[in-house]
Amino acid sequence: MSKEIIRLKDCTVAFDDEVILDKINLYFNDKEFLTLLGPSGCGKTTTLRIIGGFIKPTSGDVLFNGVRINDVPPHKRKVNTIFQKYALFPHLDVFENVAFGLRIAKVKEAEIRERVMEMLEIVSLKGFQHRKVASLSGGQQQRVAIARALVNRPKVLLLDEPLGALDMRLRKDMQSELKRIQQAMDITFIYVTHDQEEALAMSDTVVVMDRGKIQQIGTPEKIYNEPKNAFVADFIGESNILDGIMHEDFVVEFFGRKFKCLDSGFTTREAVDVVIRPEDIDIVEPQKGRLSGTVTSVTFKGVHYDVIVDFKGFKWLIQTTQLHHEGQEIGINIAPDRIHIMRKSEYSGMFGDYSSYSAEYDEIAEDYGDETEGSEDET
Amino acid sequence: MRKRSISGRVLMALVFVFLYAPIFVLIVFSFNSTKSRTVWTGFTFDWYLKLFQDSTIMGSLYVTLLVSAIAAVIATVAGTVAAVGIFNMKRRHRNTILALNNIPVINADIITGVSMSLLFISSAAILTKVSLSLSSLLGININLGFKLGFGTLLIAHITFNVPYVILSVLPKLRQLDNNLFEAAQDLGATWIQAFFKVIIPEIRPGIVNGLIIAFTMSVDDFVISYFTAGHVQTLSMTIYAMTKRRITPEINALSTLLFITVLFMLIIINVRQSSQEKKLKKLRSKLS
Amino acid sequence: MRRRYLAAVPHVIWLSVFVVAPLILVVVYAFTGSGGGFTLENFENMGSYTSVFGRSLWLAFIATIICLLIGYPLSYVLSKEGPGMQRIFIMLIMLPMWINFLLRTYAWMSILENTGLINRLLASLGVFDLINRIFDTNISYIPMINTQGAVVLGMVYNYLPFMVLPIYSVIVKIDSSLIEAAHDLGAGSMTVFRRIIFPLSLPGVLSGITMVFVPAVSTFIISRLLGGGTNILLGDLIEMQFLGNAYNPHLGSAISLLMMIIIMICMFVMNRFGEGEEQAVLM
Repeated sequence: MSKEIIRLKDCTVAFDDEVILDKINLYFNDKEFLTLLGPSGCGKTTTLRIIGGFIKPTSGDVLFNGVRINDVPPHKRKVNTIFQKYALFPHLDVFENVAFGLRIAKVKEAEIRERVMEMLEIVSLKGFQHRKVASLSGGQQQRVAIARALVNRPKVLLLDEPLGALDMRLRKDMQSELKRIQQAMDITFIYVTHDQEEALAMSDTVVVMDRGKIQQIGTPEKIYNEPKNAFVADFIGESNILDGIMHEDFVVEFFGRKFKCLDSGFTTREAVDVVIRPEDIDIVEPQKGRLSGTVTSVTFKGVHYDVIVDFKGFKWLIQTTQLHHEGQEIGINIAPDRIHIMRKSEYSGMFGDYSSYSAEYDEIAEDYGDETEGSEDET
Repeated sequence: MRKRSISGRVLMALVFVFLYAPIFVLIVFSFNSTKSRTVWTGFTFDWYLKLFQDSTIMGSLYVTLLVSAIAAVIATVAGTVAAVGIFNMKRRHRNTILALNNIPVINADIITGVSMSLLFISSAAILTKVSLSLSSLLGININLGFKLGFGTLLIAHITFNVPYVILSVLPKLRQLDNNLFEAAQDLGATWIQAFFKVIIPEIRPGIVNGLIIAFTMSVDDFVISYFTAGHVQTLSMTIYAMTKRRITPEINALSTLLFITVLFMLIIINVRQSSQEKKLKKLRSKLS
Repeated sequence: MRRRYLAAVPHVIWLSVFVVAPLILVVVYAFTGSGGGFTLENFENMGSYTSVFGRSLWLAFIATIICLLIGYPLSYVLSKEGPGMQRIFIMLIMLPMWINFLLRTYAWMSILENTGLINRLLASLGVFDLINRIFDTNISYIPMINTQGAVVLGMVYNYLPFMVLPIYSVIVKIDSSLIEAAHDLGAGSMTVFRRIIFPLSLPGVLSGITMVFVPAVSTFIISRLLGGGTNILLGDLIEMQFLGNAYNPHLGSAISLLMMIIIMICMFVMNRFGEGEEQAVLM
């Protein structure tokens, strides 16, 4: 792609012996849309705050265009931030909020007017310039925050879960809006979220983080199709993760049967994690399948059904458009290109079993995540 | 990220020296062996012993504590009830009542005191006249007149305490979940039961806070008592009378005792609060 | 059920009888003479007290400014401390208020008197000898008690907490992300203070100003104890009309009425000044 603009070298952050970030190495290319994705407490917000200059890494370097900027205070950095709850100045109106950075940079009054109005137009807030920020809706406040950051023409825009406070519909609209603005302004966006769908939809590059470490970096497709370990496979979309044994290149065994796959480069008889996405499984007659099992629950999801199938005590999630019944015997087939092999990791065995599946599971997890995110930031 | 500047620390140190210098002087001279309040002549505990034998001081201390306690309790009950009423008013009425309620809080104490003494004096005069004419009319001896004393003092204290209680209870009522009351009734509680079992426990911090503020304001008050107490003397009034002549170190001893009591109370409250906070923090870190 | 607002009725009655009625009485007294009947005499008589009015307003004004100059930086510095330290410092600021304020003021007499602690300290250090030798004077003390300076000192001493507490409570509530946002937009520490922290703390400043000015302009204790007989203030004047030798409740009421008007004007100005800021605090 294009040239590198920011690089984090061995960045570690620790508060009172608690390691928040563990030797992060990461670079950001100019003009890309990069997302830091992970559950709460994974260190994504901390990474963003290091770039913004609000936290100094305990050790390691931050480079901007190759120059070390560890000690440059936030107000001298060419990056701007969109804060989680926008942090609009309540005593200033919309115009003055957006003009804030320009006034500090002592830009001429006429130019301020011009640039602010232009920016308000870009974020579709023309005519709102004299409103108090408290009188705006969440979506409008969001746009003011975007305009306030972008009007300074930063090289890099940092976004800290900017859509977290918006409802579902508005969120979807703002996603495409943000993507549009990024392309129009032609600058780097570094975006923090715990919402994998959001990350996949908007990003050029996704960085998956957990426990203060980077788990995987790649394009959305690559992250989804070729997760590096059980954590990534489970966090991005739904996955059935099984213990398997790699017999030779392109042959993997699980549930006592050998399957063809497209993966190679493992040692003989290496224990591996096998990932099979729920939408990649074909349901057939029991006798025609490579494996057979019993349907234990069916949930209607609109486009498809979530079917939980018991295979010898291990429960799989299968997504299908056809209706099956609880107690029904079914067989399954899996195409070789639908099987993905991962090396064993510290996360092996923690995810990918749907024994305790419930349709609300994800939502509960997300709500919980939001709450702890707030308290994490205070530390 | 917190920055601590040296100049900030110096400023704080100076302010605290300023705030505590006279208190230090008070305490030191409560142990002075002569009545002098500027020359140190030797150490003694005598003033503490004499304090408990001084009937004027002990009497006025008793009056102060009595009127403060009664006024604080009455004001807390009345203020809580009034706060519930005000909370349930329409916005426009509520604002009017709150504006009225704020008068004793904002107004200068001397005006509150003077105006109340006018009311008491003139109504006493009217009542005396009325009872005189009634007596002559009915041929029996009726006396409705009264003198400024403990009663008027108590009324004055209640009057300036209630607004503080209301101001401390109202925010708690605002924080209340609107559905709590309905939920309690839905579960079979009557109006009264719901109020005592659900609302009161929820707003208790505000009520307790109001009680403490009311009691403190009462103990601390001089100006309003001065104009409304008549022949009764509160501790502040005794001290004021003494300042015209010379304060005996017994008063220093008394205020030293008060200071130490309050200091201990605050320390206990603080230690309890911070240990509670630590517990909460631990619990939270366990959860996450 | 739906008439829960009735719970406020007793309080409304109480307020009318013991707050509103007395204030009306003050107005009535102010416009009547000792013989009854409407008169403006009380206000005409006040002309001779112009200097007292001027002095009261002036000293209260000076004390308020000093409280602000000390109290604002102090609140700001406090808000930068850790939460545990903040609680301790706030406690230390409130603690003196628990000692009877007459006594605290009286203690200042011991400190400021001609034979008081400061003068004794200076004398024992030989400061006066030194001065006398150099300037060929003959002083044995610095006069501090019974001056206007002592009165202002007493006001600042007694009312400083009333300035610190409201300002502090507004400053600590300012969302730290606002400060970060301002830094992010290029503002240095001074600019952040000028453009964000100060404007957002204005409501606290305004309530601090009223909370200091009102008691300062109406005090009669401080002036009596520290100002001596020559520096009487409005409060002294009122007190003398009601309980002192110059018994004249009609004149006293007129002065009280005027003082109330001064306070109302002061509050009104403060409210106008801070219009719209209230919203900022609520957010």
